[in-house]
Amino acid sequence: MSAAVAGPLYSIPGAPLAEPDPPAPAEAAVSQARTVNEVLASTQAGAVIDELDRDLVGLAPVKARIRDIAALLVIDKLRMNLGLAAQAPSLHMSFTGNPGTGKTTVALRMATILQRLGYVRKGHLVAVTRDDLVGQYIGHTAPKTREVLKKAMGGVLFIDEAYYLYRPENERDYGQEAIEILLQVMENQRDDLVVILAGYKDRMDTFFRSNPGMRSRIAHHVDFPDYARGDLLQIAEKMLAQQHYRFGEGARAAFEEYLERRLRQPQFANARSVRNALDRARLRQASRLFAQRERALSAEELSTIAAADIRASRVFQGGIDAPQPG
Amino acid sequence: MMTNPTGRLTQGQFSFLPDLTDAEIALQVEYGLQKGYAWSVEYTDDPHPRNTYWEMHGMPMFDLKDAAGVLVELRECRKTFADCYIRLVAFDSTRGVESVAMSFIVHRPAREPGFSLVRQESSGRTMRYTVHSYAVDRPEAERYGK
Repeated sequence: MSAAVAGPLYSIPGAPLAEPDPPAPAEAAVSQARTVNEVLASTQAGAVIDELDRDLVGLAPVKARIRDIAALLVIDKLRMNLGLAAQAPSLHMSFTGNPGTGKTTVALRMATILQRLGYVRKGHLVAVTRDDLVGQYIGHTAPKTREVLKKAMGGVLFIDEAYYLYRPENERDYGQEAIEILLQVMENQRDDLVVILAGYKDRMDTFFRSNPGMRSRIAHHVDFPDYARGDLLQIAEKMLAQQHYRFGEGARAAFEEYLERRLRQPQFANARSVRNALDRARLRQASRLFAQRERALSAEELSTIAAADIRASRVFQGGIDAPQPG
Repeated sequence: MMTNPTGRLTQGQFSFLPDLTDAEIALQVEYGLQKGYAWSVEYTDDPHPRNTYWEMHGMPMFDLKDAAGVLVELRECRKTFADCYIRLVAFDSTRGVESVAMSFIVHRPAREPGFSLVRQESSGRTMRYTVHSYAVDRPEAERYGK
């Protein structure tokens, strides 16, 4: 359920312990810092922000917002060192945007930034949806929600498709109960956890309109724009490079054409669709090579996606709704 | 009973020390979490030394990363069972260990009457001894009230 759990939950006597958490920022150094650079250096938050800039393609407005938020947090740290800040700032956020625009990825980075700057203690991300929060019968919701909140404490709670929590058409829906508990914890335990709500823009707007308490407790609304075609192509190349593949001759152009056609069709999920398209291209490449049983395959051939692998897609044969060619 | 002049229950870790503050409790919990233990909150109004199994307040908390979650549960238990003993128990699920690794009292009732020594004469001149908590003479849920 939660994305934060890694590795088995048991250990074997004598076996080396799980990897320890990254070292906490040097408290003393932070509390003596007087310049922005000193804070960034002693917390290593700058490195995470730069990495975010470098690793994520496009998303210029999001990056700008994250930088703004990080700047605010750094300045708050400096103010606190001089005894100026009154209380911990509200850090709850809402990420809105279409599917596959990198909301979860940015939330993960955000958790790291917050941890480095000392606004959350552990910096893990617990990703949940309605199912993890809302119960099935009366009295089931509150313990379930609390359980998730307890797991997220010290880190970031990421609620994907948060608008499903509120179902106005059913007045007996238990989602409202989960929202109330959430609101209470968001208000009273601000230094224990940060909540990030995510979902489609229009539906989140409706959700906030019907839950004004939620809206007013969320300080930062970040909107994720759709990727441009150039960005998607760049993302595709990054994904391939990560898996040690590359586009062969003409394949890049073919993929560009693929994107152009695919963008005009329904249910396009940005980076996620790109990943799926590449996965299918890899499948076709594999069966193409598999057919040539006798040939010795070079590393070059094994890592090249040919133009034909991409052009065999349904998108080129009348759209994603067309039957799969045999 | 001058063997325990403060009249305080001494079971589990730290029980001869002054009560731990919430910050100190958080540090202990944090230590347990680092070791991979699962914490749970238990309470009782029958603190006989052989009463091993206290009542559970909620489920044991697996997969926690931070002490704040345990303290939330503890605070809630204190509110509900102010007149009981409350302890935190850390379960070590390491294969082959699978037992309680830490346990300490985090809340006591305002008044602790303590235990008496009960003597029973048996066959011959044999004496059998046992301890008896003064509090359990009263019915459940009324034991540590005013």
